[in-house]
Amino acid sequence: MNDQSILVIDDEAQIRKLLEITLESNSFKVNHAANGKEGLIIAANHPPDLILLDIGLPDQNGQEVLKQLREWYTKPIIMLSVQSDEANIVKALDNGANDYLVKPFRTGELVARIKSALRNSEGTIDQVIIKNKQLQIDLVGRVVKINDEVVKLTSTEYELLTLLAKNEGKVLTHQFLLRQIWGPGYIEQTQYLRVFIAQLRKKIELDPNLPDIILTESGIGYRFVSII
Amino acid sequence: MFSYKLNTVQQFTIILLVVALVSIGCFLLIDLISYKIVALILLVTVSLIAMLFDIAPVLFAAFISAITWDFFFIPPKFTLSIQSPEDILLFTMYFVIALIHAVLTYKIRQYDKLEQKREEKENTLSLYNTILNSLSHELRTPIATIIGATDNLQSGSKNLSENNKIELISEISNASLRLNRQVENLLNMSRLESGTYQLKMDWCDVCELVYNVVKKFKDLSKGHKIQIEISPLLPLCKIDSGLIEQVLYNLIQNAITYIPLEATIKIKASYKANQLTFVIEDDGPGFPENEISNVFDKFYRLKNTKAGGTGLGLSIVKGFIEAHKGNIILENKKESGAKFTINIPCEISNLKAIENE
Repeated sequence: MNDQSILVIDDEAQIRKLLEITLESNSFKVNHAANGKEGLIIAANHPPDLILLDIGLPDQNGQEVLKQLREWYTKPIIMLSVQSDEANIVKALDNGANDYLVKPFRTGELVARIKSALRNSEGTIDQVIIKNKQLQIDLVGRVVKINDEVVKLTSTEYELLTLLAKNEGKVLTHQFLLRQIWGPGYIEQTQYLRVFIAQLRKKIELDPNLPDIILTESGIGYRFVSII
Repeated sequence: MFSYKLNTVQQFTIILLVVALVSIGCFLLIDLISYKIVALILLVTVSLIAMLFDIAPVLFAAFISAITWDFFFIPPKFTLSIQSPEDILLFTMYFVIALIHAVLTYKIRQYDKLEQKREEKENTLSLYNTILNSLSHELRTPIATIIGATDNLQSGSKNLSENNKIELISEISNASLRLNRQVENLLNMSRLESGTYQLKMDWCDVCELVYNVVKKFKDLSKGHKIQIEISPLLPLCKIDSGLIEQVLYNLIQNAITYIPLEATIKIKASYKANQLTFVIEDDGPGFPENEISNVFDKFYRLKNTKAGGTGLGLSIVKGFIEAHKGNIILENKKESGAKFTINIPCEISNLKAIENE
């Protein structure tokens, strides 16, 4: 985990300072830029392992910077947003952001998200068996076990669970999940998603009312988590 | 006032019709009344019009009523010419009086409007003062805590025990959370006040929503018990889940702030006859009976209360529920404690769990 570099693009000096201290104390190398233009130049000159990008930048819209970065930059980008502006966050995720955090955020949460995004970008997705807490998914045998006991899932439930699990730590938007599992004609049919998520939780969560495997991102989507 | 709803063309049309109708009426009765009385009747008509319409249409009314009177009533009839000097004088006077009438009535209305605006402005000003007073207290208290605590940590570090330091840091953390909550409330209030907020209606698993809100209090509730009673058969409801989450959050936050530690908060949700109902009740002391009707007012704070608060929390609750065309009732329970009942009309989904595919 050492020596990975992170570029922070945020116009607020206080936030940059806070992020620098937090990230350096977690042994990341930190570069920062105060606006989009500077950020794009630094990212091109010293491509970092991950970028933290503020949605509301003074010179350009964060969304625009995100699009320009995504033309060539393939590593994780995490968006920072001032308020839970769901439409903007969904748009950023659609434009290729890996994750988002709403200010004010807890630094523990920030570091966990960064580590998870970096883990995913290292490409551990080829694994055949996904293990997470009480859950175990055998992708070859299409078998799901909870505490070593086989759980019967319908094929839609299985597809939904594996899609989330393969993107561990990453928030998947409602529209993305509906398009992938049910097809492009279903992207407005959020009730399918709600029903199936509830059903799935009953089968895999220890307490379906307090889920700790599939988390809800209110108004945005769902996230499969292994570490809290 | 009509002038706000009708456009100019409509106003002109109506005036033409009214003057025509009054004239026809007078024309039919001409055997009973003299043409001089007709002038008075037309004047009254113009005055009434002046009370309702804009200045241009009103002047138009004065003008056509004068012409009509001249053409149909002043001898020789059906000509615009006037022969007797007395009639010329009468006609001129009619015209001038009608114009003065129209202009004066219009001016009085303008003045009324100004007066109304001034009153509104005064009300807004006094509201601003209330806001500023309660805000400066609500925001400055946590800011003072943060400044004080950091000062201590920066300078007096030699005399501070490790325990004290930890306590100061946790005070800073609490104060900033409180600040954050107040800012959230202010933002919500301005969303409501601007009247531009569009409800984001989507299917919501109400059970999940309630547990989600309660989870946020896990670290904050100092020991209050929170019980949840929701039927597992509750269908998906179409609501703005962000707003309803805020509603429940504010109600629980309110309860936790005001009731004693050993009290229990109960949250129920059910659906019946096209209505989603939430009940949030506690077994604390309840609300003073004479203040129940005020608690949802903006910036209202209970008398004799020590705990802080901007007086925004419950008014936001009410605003968000009314945005859903629902209602909220607060009552004291017989056996002591407060009970909030929320009814929200909403659509439900008939999609059920699908076990066999």
